[in-house]
Amino acid sequence: MTGYEDWSALVITLQLALISTAILLLLGTPFAWWLARSEWRYKFLLEAIVALPLVLPPTVLGFYLLVTFSPSGPIGQWTVASGIGSLAFTFSGLVAGSVIYSLPFVVQPLQDAFRTIGPRPMEVAATLRASPLDRFLTIAIPLARPGFITAIVLGFAHTLGEFGVVLMIGGNIPGETRVISIAIYDHVEMMEYQEAHWLSGGLLMLCFLMLTLVYWINRTFRIMLK
Amino acid sequence: MWRLAFLITGVFWYPQCTSGDEIRVAVASNFTIASELLIDAFNETTGHRAVPNYGSTGKHYAQIKNGAPVNILLAADSLRPRRLVEEGVAIKGTRFTYAIGRLVIWSPVIPVNDRTLESDFEHLAIANENLAPYGRAAKEYLSHRGAWEKLQQRLVRGENVNQALHFIRSGNAELGLIALSQVRNLEGFTYIIPAMEYSPVIQQAVLISEKAAARSFLAYLQSMEARGIIESCGYTLP
Repeated sequence: MTGYEDWSALVITLQLALISTAILLLLGTPFAWWLARSEWRYKFLLEAIVALPLVLPPTVLGFYLLVTFSPSGPIGQWTVASGIGSLAFTFSGLVAGSVIYSLPFVVQPLQDAFRTIGPRPMEVAATLRASPLDRFLTIAIPLARPGFITAIVLGFAHTLGEFGVVLMIGGNIPGETRVISIAIYDHVEMMEYQEAHWLSGGLLMLCFLMLTLVYWINRTFRIMLK
Repeated sequence: MWRLAFLITGVFWYPQCTSGDEIRVAVASNFTIASELLIDAFNETTGHRAVPNYGSTGKHYAQIKNGAPVNILLAADSLRPRRLVEEGVAIKGTRFTYAIGRLVIWSPVIPVNDRTLESDFEHLAIANENLAPYGRAAKEYLSHRGAWEKLQQRLVRGENVNQALHFIRSGNAELGLIALSQVRNLEGFTYIIPAMEYSPVIQQAVLISEKAAARSFLAYLQSMEARGIIESCGYTLP
């Protein structure tokens, strides 16, 4: 059956997904807000960059990360000089990779949600002398709740399923960078189909439950608004 | 319009128009450089077209067992070819040793020797010991040295031995335990590990599915010319 190493891979994966999603929410919320409201001429360029991880093969991202993380690469030079050390083959490196990899899955639903609210509620609140921060926290965020739920679940689930990037920058270290998708890959390659079935089945159920939750919540939310 | 259509289909037709047969060869990653030379020479002289597919021997074994369309397996061990014969997947009586590999410690930055393992480094790259025979050899050597447990947190595993090399060459790992054949022509420091510190990497070939061109490729692999190429790439021969 599944051994200790598989449990540790599962724990690492959940930690990775949790931390990456939290970071993405912190960075993605203000960014998505700006994208939704800004009328800057060249905004489309940033939108294209955000969408890149959707279409790029993970190997492209993994390759660039490996090269930039290396001690002679642009990010590696900086992290080594500042005492963090090289990011390749570390959990922090995987977090950095996941944040980029799952970026569109968090930013796009938030941007859509903020855009759907439109300027009107905010203008009304402004006439009632609500400060910009106050308006954002008490009007924009509650109204964008379905967007937040979608963003959180998609960002989390997408990071759970990350494979190509981790294969290229992780180095398959048990307890550090061996995530569940890599563990499944190794089991399949070693023809340990029993273990592969357990892990794959578990992941399938988990992802299905999360997606069901999103669609169910979005549905009830829409009904509430009516 | 017709001329254009003719031109386009012609382009796609072209490879099939050559006189020889096409065969698929699953090649162990460590043998990449040697097999490129061998396949070029073979294709040139016979007019056949051998098409290589590189990967870890464990992966090839799993794929072949599940029906991958491969004519020949050039494995990095003798275990998997033997099992494929026993399981009735590979053809009996076609198995032979085409090369014996050597394990090295290699680094582009650290002058390596037999005490390198005790030195200060952040990452040592190896091939996955469950999938790749050179990973298995590396594990044996490290265990023999009493360093396997100790180094766990500093070991990074490539899916095959070429990925292990690529971890080192990209500068992310300082050194690695890989195959001599991979680093023959690279700038760096090489320490050839004495053969008694791990069990030999006996690389065997086996015929998976019958085809005249595949038979002649195996025959070529045992020719003097081929043996010369293999030796020049850093292997010994039985």
